[in-house]
Amino acid sequence: MLVISGIAILILGFALRLNPLVVVYVAGVVTGIAAGSTLTGVIETFGRAFAENRYVGIVWLVLPVIGLLEHAGLRERVQTLITTMRAVTTARVLLSYLLLRQITAALGLTALGGHAQMIRPLIAPMAEAAAERHGPITDPMRMEIRAYAAATDNIGLFFGEDVFIAIGSVLLMKGFLQQNGYAVAPLDLALWAIPTAIFAFLIHGARLLLFERRLKSARNALR
Amino acid sequence: MITLERVYILTGAMFAVFAIGRALDRNSARRWRSAAFWGTYALSFLAGSYVPDLVNGLILIVLVVLAASGLARAEPAASITERRAAAQRNGNRLFVPALAIPVIVLLGTLFAKVLHLGEVALFDPAHTTLVALAFAVLIALALGCVLLRVPILAPMREGRRLMEAVGWAALLPQILASLGALFAAAGVGRVIGQLATQAIPMTNGSIAVLTYTLGMAVFTVIMGNAFAAFPVMTAGIGLPLIVGRFGGDPVSMCAIGMLSGFCGTLMTPMAANFNIVPAALLELPDRNGVIKVQIPAALLLLAANTALMGVCVFRR
Repeated sequence: MLVISGIAILILGFALRLNPLVVVYVAGVVTGIAAGSTLTGVIETFGRAFAENRYVGIVWLVLPVIGLLEHAGLRERVQTLITTMRAVTTARVLLSYLLLRQITAALGLTALGGHAQMIRPLIAPMAEAAAERHGPITDPMRMEIRAYAAATDNIGLFFGEDVFIAIGSVLLMKGFLQQNGYAVAPLDLALWAIPTAIFAFLIHGARLLLFERRLKSARNALR
Repeated sequence: MITLERVYILTGAMFAVFAIGRALDRNSARRWRSAAFWGTYALSFLAGSYVPDLVNGLILIVLVVLAASGLARAEPAASITERRAAAQRNGNRLFVPALAIPVIVLLGTLFAKVLHLGEVALFDPAHTTLVALAFAVLIALALGCVLLRVPILAPMREGRRLMEAVGWAALLPQILASLGALFAAAGVGRVIGQLATQAIPMTNGSIAVLTYTLGMAVFTVIMGNAFAAFPVMTAGIGLPLIVGRFGGDPVSMCAIGMLSGFCGTLMTPMAANFNIVPAALLELPDRNGVIKVQIPAALLLLAANTALMGVCVFRR
């Protein structure tokens, strides 16, 4: 029972808006000690886990490239191009990206998108420029467009990747079922991800279209 | 063979350059604190595989303390007029390095099996995507420096600017993944699973389905990861009740259950790499800006998943 005190610390810390790194560290130490470990033991376990999870930080390698391109005017170039395309709207940019992200993820190509590689340098500037083509937008509107761009990447990835038979979650499910005495083929699990993938496209797609309408009326109000 | 360890050394070298760049910047407040932070993170990448666990633990403590004490702000980017002028000068050449990264990662992942140096695979087969990403970044950097005619230090300066804009949030995904390991070792999941099953009376299949999908989402919100929630909820509720007592189909149950967990991922700051890091990367004023946009979609999808499982899981 005591081991879930770490979760209470997490919830409290996030609610009080303390620095999340500190909150997570303290929650980890408390959990470890509650489970019967010594302080040195927890520090060692935490340190080993941190070193083992360094692969999570490799994605930052792209920042020098992205920074260089932004310095050289990538976002401005994207905006110039978008301004010349009359049919382009914020919703259409993001809808196309959602479809592309879901399909490529379903083929196992999860590394093709991402917030650092695609959203910040290309997709968010495209979506912003598409909105600005019809007149100026406010800062809160710009921030909401960016948030929608980030959300589109997440939703496309999450509800596309499970259709692929060799993705981590499908293999985890197969392994787990096998351990519990059920032999299943990854393909059967992957097929069951298709209905939810369609729902995800419809739901987020509809929200993007509604967002476009909200942007439009906000722009009209600005005029 | 290019192993993950080589990529760690490359990443460590990059953070070391960031640290030096920050230390050499005489004008900024908190210059040494920030330099120490990025330098320590560099050390973790460079030495993490070779030092004892206790040293790794102390490195982590230093990082947390420095982050909590406040880091230097990022320097301002080039002005909009400068960037517009650069955009005109460089034109569509700008897209070459930008698109080189996904294309090279794609080719690297697809052809990793055939790329060999003599008898040995060029890319470590266990970490193909990460190695391909590092490869793609190096090629894109070279392309960028040549096509855009900039000195090699320019990408390092601009990279540091973006990294400092993200700040300590950059470490959050990695430290949360470590917390997951600690939780697993302490058996946190098992305890929560027991609590959930004891608290709710499972009188029919629909209640079991509802408890399972909601449980997957809530548990994922707490743990930040559907992979951590899945074994607990499926062993606690899914297999014994939905499959065992009410005769449901384990395949559709697991597949839809996992996707219900993903709905939870969309709603939690604990899934930092998907929710908090992009907010920092896109310079949103609200740390939870991405989550707020995702919550309605996540709730609707969770309802759709629950209905889908309710309809499909008992049809055999």
